[in-house]
Amino acid sequence: MRAIESRGTVTIAKQLCKGCELCIPACPPRVLEMSEAHNEQGFPYPELRPGCTGCGACLLVCPDFCFEVFLYREPVAHEVAP
Amino acid sequence: MSRLPVLDTDRPPQASAVKIARDKPDLLLTERHDLCPGCGEPLAMRVLLEAIEELDASRMAIGVVGIGCYTAFSPTMDVDSIQALHGRAPSVATGAKRMRPESLVFTLQGDGDMVNEGLQEVIHTAARGESVTCVLLNNGVFGETGGHMTATTVLGQRTKNSLDGRDAAYHGHPILIGDLLAQLGGTAYAARGAVDDAAGVARAKRMLRRAFQTQLRGEGFSFVEILTMCPTGWFIPTPDGPGYLDEVMGTVHVTGELKAGGKLTTTAELIARRGGREAPTA
Repeated sequence: MRAIESRGTVTIAKQLCKGCELCIPACPPRVLEMSEAHNEQGFPYPELRPGCTGCGACLLVCPDFCFEVFLYREPVAHEVAP
Repeated sequence: MSRLPVLDTDRPPQASAVKIARDKPDLLLTERHDLCPGCGEPLAMRVLLEAIEELDASRMAIGVVGIGCYTAFSPTMDVDSIQALHGRAPSVATGAKRMRPESLVFTLQGDGDMVNEGLQEVIHTAARGESVTCVLLNNGVFGETGGHMTATTVLGQRTKNSLDGRDAAYHGHPILIGDLLAQLGGTAYAARGAVDDAAGVARAKRMLRRAFQTQLRGEGFSFVEILTMCPTGWFIPTPDGPGYLDEVMGTVHVTGELKAGGKLTTTAELIARRGGREAPTA
């Protein structure tokens, strides 16, 4: 196992998402990926993987106000497969 | 990447954390809206309303809203607002400001509204030096009615009525409204931003703040143009919107401050500063 640190995190209101994918390339550490599942509106939505820095770029480019951004007081380590 | 676990983002974090950014401005009553996926206008709305909040001007703000997709925000925008006829918002704003000089009066208009339907309204308002802020959301198409060419559509751009691209000989040239307004004596501040990436969104907010501060100091007319994505009207997939904005619109309607602190900067000078990456002219 290895650990990946997240300095921040987001909440994603996935039912608001219209699947535009603008947040995916906007994320500097590239920790957002579109889901395979679809929300009630029928759109895929972003999912967060370990490594968020809490920079807030996703929120600034989201036309549907899906994101809230949090900064951890201490970085959180996620155990992941090597 | 895909082997990494998906983290829980349905609720605030369990570990000790500080919320550093809200999903929407307080001045927007709901996150829900019916604008298309990938639209740039909600990004501009966010920074417009946040700029008003940050200047503590929520209770003195009066928005005069034109006709376009962004009009959908007037019922959910928690500031006093007036619905203008198509293109006439600058004149309505003039009246509102003259009757309520203590207010922060702004217009919200698209390129079809401001530059096609009501071009003379905004020019005269600027020339008179009215103490209002006109905000243009420029996507180069009449988005609400299906993506037709406007006066700001750039040469070569495909729209519903310029399927082979805008042709100068047939359709005429685009109007760089920011340059027109900046050169007028009544204009104190003019800037052009874009919401094609996070830095651009943040920069657009700084421009809006400066424009509002210009108005609050009573220095004259202020203008902020914000280039916004319209993937529906541009006939492109939503993820391609920012790149299209940057490469097609952004090389003609180049971003930067056009008038600030009495200094005039033309779009041609902004292009030269970027290293002369000019747009096609024919």
